[in-house]
Amino acid sequence: MIDSTELRKQITVDERLQDAISSTSRPKRPSAVSSTMVFATRALLRIRHVPEQMFDVTLFPIIFLLMFTYLFGGAIAGSTADYLQFLLPGILVMTVAQITMYTGIDLNNDIRKGIFDRFRTLPIWLPSALIGALLVDVIRYSMASFIMIGLGLALGFRPEGGLSGVLMAIGMILIFSFSLSWIWTTLGLIVRSEKSLMMLSFLVMMPLTFVSNVFVDPSTLPSWLQGFVEINPISILATAVRGFMHGTATFEQVMWVLIVSLLFVAIFAPLTMYLYRNKK
Amino acid sequence: MAGKTTTIRMLATLSKPDAGTARIFGYDLATEGDRIRSRISLTGQYASLDEDLTGLENLVMMAGLMGYGRKEAKTRAKELLTAFGLEDAAKRQVKNYSGGMRRRIDIAASLVVTPDLLFLDEPTAGLDPRSRNQVWDIVRTLVSTGTTVLLTTQYLEEADQLADRIAVINQGKIIAEGTSSELKASVGTGTLTVQLVNAEDRDRTIELLKQKLSVGIHTGTDPTTLTAQVSDPSLVAEALGALTQERIAISDFSLGRPSLDEVFLTLTGQAAETENV
Repeated sequence: MIDSTELRKQITVDERLQDAISSTSRPKRPSAVSSTMVFATRALLRIRHVPEQMFDVTLFPIIFLLMFTYLFGGAIAGSTADYLQFLLPGILVMTVAQITMYTGIDLNNDIRKGIFDRFRTLPIWLPSALIGALLVDVIRYSMASFIMIGLGLALGFRPEGGLSGVLMAIGMILIFSFSLSWIWTTLGLIVRSEKSLMMLSFLVMMPLTFVSNVFVDPSTLPSWLQGFVEINPISILATAVRGFMHGTATFEQVMWVLIVSLLFVAIFAPLTMYLYRNKK
Repeated sequence: MAGKTTTIRMLATLSKPDAGTARIFGYDLATEGDRIRSRISLTGQYASLDEDLTGLENLVMMAGLMGYGRKEAKTRAKELLTAFGLEDAAKRQVKNYSGGMRRRIDIAASLVVTPDLLFLDEPTAGLDPRSRNQVWDIVRTLVSTGTTVLLTTQYLEEADQLADRIAVINQGKIIAEGTSSELKASVGTGTLTVQLVNAEDRDRTIELLKQKLSVGIHTGTDPTTLTAQVSDPSLVAEALGALTQERIAISDFSLGRPSLDEVFLTLTGQAAETENV
């Protein structure tokens, strides 16, 4: 038995349904900018609903900085204060570079749920789905940077490059990280599960971050390893970031960072979009 | 995976066909995907929303992606939530929705701008009867307002209830197509069931019916029940007349249209899946 109020509710719902379905006029297709903003808003809302995902940009930097400063400080540089001057720019690069891989994981999750298919059936400029998310990631990266530098200052880090040098250094990191993220989006579209993607990213990032000039002066390394360290993009970025923070940046250092970043985007952004559009 | 989802994914521009062509509203699937995308909508088998966001946030996002401004997007999202009976759940994360609510918000997300063609991939799979009826009502309302709906289903009753045209897919191939009535007619008028008063009359009756109907007679566990698939109803009258002449007493008889289930089993000879248009 359906009582009469229930029945009345049913009827009004049906009428509303009819109205809601039949009353639409199609708005103009959104511009690339506005669809990008919608996707950025989605990423921001996700942070609000799943705040745990901010651990990587808050706790990671703090733990990394404390751990490496006090673990290696005495052994490598003789004192933690001296080592911090050398280490902080590098460890900042390493931390932010590592958290870029979460971009790929988010995308991989979207694919396994149906929302990826829904986005792809919309008449929108498709790259906005990724660019919107990446823009919010850039905010996350800058948050990690500020937290780490703040903690570094408290521990005795004194950048000779001053505020402008530090800001330029962060700028370098953000440009590089945005570009690096496209590698993870590409992998996120190829790899089947979140687990294998995590593993793959660690496999790439571990050697890249450790076999670089982040922790030690490359002149202490065997010569065959020095060759790798020199062309390692992480070293290239760490050199420029150190340069800005200590006021010794050269045009050449900056140029190399920009060239590497440009290369990443030029190769992996089109590849990502191709895979995104043609994913089975 | 006998071809339904693959077909829908290709038609909704998600997968590229290996061979062949298709046109939707006159646009070529291979080269005019963008034009097609602006007139279709897809609700897949799996919840195609961001489950961490609330229902309202999801619909506002979809409206934004369809080109609504910030304010209009919110108005439209609220209108849809009310229409789909979800206004109380507007501020809850979609992951906390029940199965039926999830389906409804999923369909609502596809209707932010009423599409000319809506793909629904198994919209009622796993739903309780009440939620299923709600989805059916939504589909009927959509069709009545002029949207073409292409839905796949495993349930033949659903196809019978909703579809104007049905295509039966078995192992990736369409094995029959037409209206529900056409499909039913194609496998015969239906099933004749005769209930005898005395089980001793059974063999005699089988002989007689075979002769008059010229089809196979089936017997079940109940010795007094006989069934046959007949194609011509006029033969049935004759057969029953013959039984009366032979003084075989029957307590009941019925001639039913075959159900779509019977149609399907006859067509395939095995249990499989169906798609209806």
